[in-house]
Amino acid sequence: MFSPELKEKAQELVDRYPVGRSALLPLLHLVQHQDGYITDDGITECAQLLKLTKAEVNAVATFYSMYKRAPLGRHLVSVCTNFACQVRGAGEVYQRLHEHLGVAHNETTSDSAVTLEHAECLGNCDGAPIVSVDYFNYECLSPDAAVDLVDRVIAGDVPPPTRGYPSGGIRDMQYRLAGLGPVDAAQPGAIPDQATAADAAPPVQDSGPGAPGAVDAAEPADTKPAEFADADGGGAERRGPEGMTPASGEGSSERDPESPGAARTQDQEPGDG
Amino acid sequence: MVEPVKVLTKRYELADGHTLQGFLDSGGFAGLRKALDMAPTDIIQIVKDAGLRGRGGAGFPTGVKWGFVTQDLGKPIYLVVNADEGEPGTFKDRELMERDPFLLLEGMVISGRALNCHRSFIFLRGEYLWPGVKLEEAIDEAYASGWLGKDIQGSGFDFDVTLHYGAGAYICGEETALLDALEGRRGQPRLRPPFPAVAGLYASPTVVNNVETIATVPCILERDIEWFRSMGTEKSPGPKLFSVSGEVVRPGNYEWPMGTPARTILEESCGGMLPGRDLKFWTPGGSSTPLLAAEHAEVAMDFESIAAAGSLLGTAAMMMFSNKTSVVAAVLNWMRFYEHESCGKCTPCREGTFWLSQILQRILDGRGRREDLQVLDEVCDNIFGRSFCALADGAVSPVKSSLQYFRDEYEYLIDHGRQPEGLEAHAGVVASNAGSDRPPSVAGGVA
Repeated sequence: MFSPELKEKAQELVDRYPVGRSALLPLLHLVQHQDGYITDDGITECAQLLKLTKAEVNAVATFYSMYKRAPLGRHLVSVCTNFACQVRGAGEVYQRLHEHLGVAHNETTSDSAVTLEHAECLGNCDGAPIVSVDYFNYECLSPDAAVDLVDRVIAGDVPPPTRGYPSGGIRDMQYRLAGLGPVDAAQPGAIPDQATAADAAPPVQDSGPGAPGAVDAAEPADTKPAEFADADGGGAERRGPEGMTPASGEGSSERDPESPGAARTQDQEPGDG
Repeated sequence: MVEPVKVLTKRYELADGHTLQGFLDSGGFAGLRKALDMAPTDIIQIVKDAGLRGRGGAGFPTGVKWGFVTQDLGKPIYLVVNADEGEPGTFKDRELMERDPFLLLEGMVISGRALNCHRSFIFLRGEYLWPGVKLEEAIDEAYASGWLGKDIQGSGFDFDVTLHYGAGAYICGEETALLDALEGRRGQPRLRPPFPAVAGLYASPTVVNNVETIATVPCILERDIEWFRSMGTEKSPGPKLFSVSGEVVRPGNYEWPMGTPARTILEESCGGMLPGRDLKFWTPGGSSTPLLAAEHAEVAMDFESIAAAGSLLGTAAMMMFSNKTSVVAAVLNWMRFYEHESCGKCTPCREGTFWLSQILQRILDGRGRREDLQVLDEVCDNIFGRSFCALADGAVSPVKSSLQYFRDEYEYLIDHGRQPEGLEAHAGVVASNAGSDRPPSVAGGVA
């Protein structure tokens, strides 16, 4: 279970969003920070905080590859194996690390020093092959250089990454991924002055039948009522500045027959997926 | 003769371009200063007239997207920046956020102003921890100096930004899956309509835009429409970031006007293919866009020209591969990726990507059968257009296009049980950024 300090942080995350459930991904990162992986205890705690069932939290936790179901080592070593890295030798890098560490994908060395994984695409193809340690990237690594890197990581002498700072361990980074900034004030980046629920206008104040736009918004109002009902906390006054008319022409055009078709084209690609 | 430009990359060579001081010293926030004095509808009109099209893959006109937002629902309007850059071969948003995070924030405030939106989120893929650190620093500095938060620079406009890390799922780059992830759910695409502009985040009107798209907005406001349209083509105006990788001498992000021929970028910016290697196949916009061959190298990199050549501009991620690289190995690599990243919602994609992987593996292992090519084709036809989102369509792109251009390579593998002579597993040299003018990416104000 979360320590008292982390419990406070967890509540801070829940309060940060207009709807508390948005904090679930951050909370699961926080569970990994505390426990080293997604534990049953952590699932229970998230469920309680967000008033969800454990099954609902489990469904989310099992969907994303950064949530691990077994204890991680002190450091997570990821090798990008997408094809832009492959043509620069990433396959050999992964193979060498696999042999050197004696572990396969998503396995941890017996001394709990390092968990190895292959991942793709880490979005750093200009520095192929890429190895990341706790999500900070080391560029342009030959197999030999990659072996040297993990040896230093295991020895507790993490070298400066090409992009990032030497990681103190994957758990430090999971604190950061929870949206709580550096776990240690000496590390770069401060805690952003995040907006809280109190600042946020309520999402659905008057979405009932007969409310403006209720016809068009019928689907979400029907399928997602319960949790949004929780999300009150202020007037619905957060409207545009004076003088802003609701964009007469364009504002109503999403109801034009052709508009959904036109808008659909924007989704023909998985975007920057 | 087309020349490279420095619009989005203008701070890439500054050691302090990622700090507030460095940003202000190099003319930062000029676009926002103008926007704060403008009516929201006027900002939308400028973005429309400039012809800015989404840089995330589909190229939908940004101003038109903004115009779809329903302003009269009595609900808050949300802006969500899609920073879930995961399309294989794409790394343009990563470098932009690392080197010029304030440009993204400036674009967000302008966009928020245009949309009457006061609350925004940056959905950043979890693996992008370093860009995240840079954004955390920038957001903190922006709040402390009155460029975010209440009453921005005395304008009366309030705007909040929340940075939200994802947790590793390619599908979250699809905008409705992203919204589900941001709501704390499994990132699976939603049925449309309703579109996010009417019912997006928390069933409220929501605009989802790519990082590069939002970062381009301040540049338009700062200068003018005519200047913006002086770059690129009539239908695809403006500057564009191209992520070039693979077997080229200098891989990297390069900024050129839209419509620059692929070969120009390859030769001028990247120094061509690695010595002793010739271009054989490439992606114009990531692995989800149909492969093109060497004969297409002169094609202009804009939405229309690439479409005319039978592919898509996508994220403009140019992965370049040589005559010594197996196209079947490439396609299998990507298919394994799609198989892993399929969210499982739609049967054709979930099952189809699995079977495509199996068949491709069998062919590559030398156990292929002639009829496998027919089966590959049929499975692709049963996936394409039969799923909720574009991941499925993207997944079959490399298969269909490689069968179109390199069928002989498949046939050789099947007939001989091995690869043709002369192919190599990799180029034997790691990438090198030794020739780059860009400084190392560092934390804080320390250069």
